[in-house]
Amino acid sequence: MESIWNNLGLVYALLGAAVAVLLAGAGSAIGVGIAGQAAAGVVTEDPGKFGKVLVMQLLPGTQGLYGLLVGFITLSKIGLLGGGAVQIEPHTGLMIFAACLPIGIVGLISGKYQGQTSAASIGIVAKKPDQFGKAMLFPAMVETYAILALLISFLAVNGVQI
Amino acid sequence: MSEQYTYAVARIRALEGSLFSNSTVDQLMACRTYEQCLQFLTEKGWGDTETGSDGEAMLAREEEKIWETVKELSVPMEVFDVLSYPRLFHNLKAAIKEVCTEETNPRIFYGDVRISGEEMLDIVREKDFGRLPKSMQEAAGEAYESLLHTRDGQLCDVIIDKAALDAIREAGREAKDTIIRDYAESTVAVADIKIAVRSAKTAKTYDFMSRAMAECGSLSVRGLAKAALGGTDAIREYLLGTAYAEGAEALAQSPSAFERWCDNRIIQTIRPQKYKAFGIGPVVAYVIARQNEIKTVRIILSGKQNNLPDDSIRERVREMYV
Repeated sequence: MESIWNNLGLVYALLGAAVAVLLAGAGSAIGVGIAGQAAAGVVTEDPGKFGKVLVMQLLPGTQGLYGLLVGFITLSKIGLLGGGAVQIEPHTGLMIFAACLPIGIVGLISGKYQGQTSAASIGIVAKKPDQFGKAMLFPAMVETYAILALLISFLAVNGVQI
Repeated sequence: MSEQYTYAVARIRALEGSLFSNSTVDQLMACRTYEQCLQFLTEKGWGDTETGSDGEAMLAREEEKIWETVKELSVPMEVFDVLSYPRLFHNLKAAIKEVCTEETNPRIFYGDVRISGEEMLDIVREKDFGRLPKSMQEAAGEAYESLLHTRDGQLCDVIIDKAALDAIREAGREAKDTIIRDYAESTVAVADIKIAVRSAKTAKTYDFMSRAMAECGSLSVRGLAKAALGGTDAIREYLLGTAYAEGAEALAQSPSAFERWCDNRIIQTIRPQKYKAFGIGPVVAYVIARQNEIKTVRIILSGKQNNLPDDSIRERVREMYV
């Protein structure tokens, strides 16, 4: 217990990495799950559309990768990956935690909604496979905000001075 | 998340590609003979190896295919109760008439409903109406007694048909899904208009109409029945002031144009479901669309079989969902 209070900064930073990976990963899991159900529905009737609907299903999977990236950078920054964790002040740890929040929260929400949009777009592909390009744009729009959140989390984690 | 029916809706979207469009119906109409029509339908995947060139068997098989598909979608089947009420109440009507007249008629029952013809006959014979769904119990007893004592088949029909409409309306009221509410409202309103038109033509009384029509939100039963006393022109005038103004125009054209409008109205009600990505609506709409498609094909096949002129058949052809 004593050592946790002594390493509170490190705990906050680690919590930040966990939030980034956990929430963004959960968002992607929900999104890919929703899109996967729709993809399975289409492939049941028309296995020939497997390739197209698989791409659609994968679109909400990127949030998880963004969360992983931010988590990885955070762990690297606090030295946990190299085996020599650095001593950081609690307020620095909190800053790293705050820096991880954008990709965590936006990843969770955008992953879910991108999954729903992908499922709707899979409906377009089911009826009009030639409109695949247009159909893919709708879920891709949701991706914009996950990328913006990734950018801010990336810059903020890197910007915190240890 | 399961209430979104994501798998079911996506599968329905894929299936909608094989629904008949208006142009497919035109192609079917272009077939010169009944046999050519069957050939066209077979090429489109209708029927199976057992149905061969039997048109009725082909249509029955297509009806079965609808429910086979729906059962695979893992959706609650109670949602479709509202669609099966007309067939379920028909079975009750047929069973009461068979028992009271002591006549047996082959193939008068629908098979794809919750209570089969055999079971219905058993219930009516034993007067065990408690085994029926609540919405049928009272009407079953009343219709049975009235037919037994008065031998008035029409009165029996009126009692059961009214109960069917009430059941549909109640199912619509209790439904969480908009499509069921809209479908129930449209079905009951259109049925009331049909009753009014037929009553006007056969000079029925106000009391008869009040007894036959079911209450609904978009029409006043009292107003419609009063209008029907004045004839079809008065019904048209009444309808012009309601959401069913197009029905008035169809009524002015011909009886078959009016019947066509009645079915088209239901298709128009469900059409927004084409653009819904989640929910039970698209599945229900698909079932209604398939039934409408089968009905239209039946009209065309029957017309071709009886050598009706193309214009006469076309007048009866329903609007397609896709």
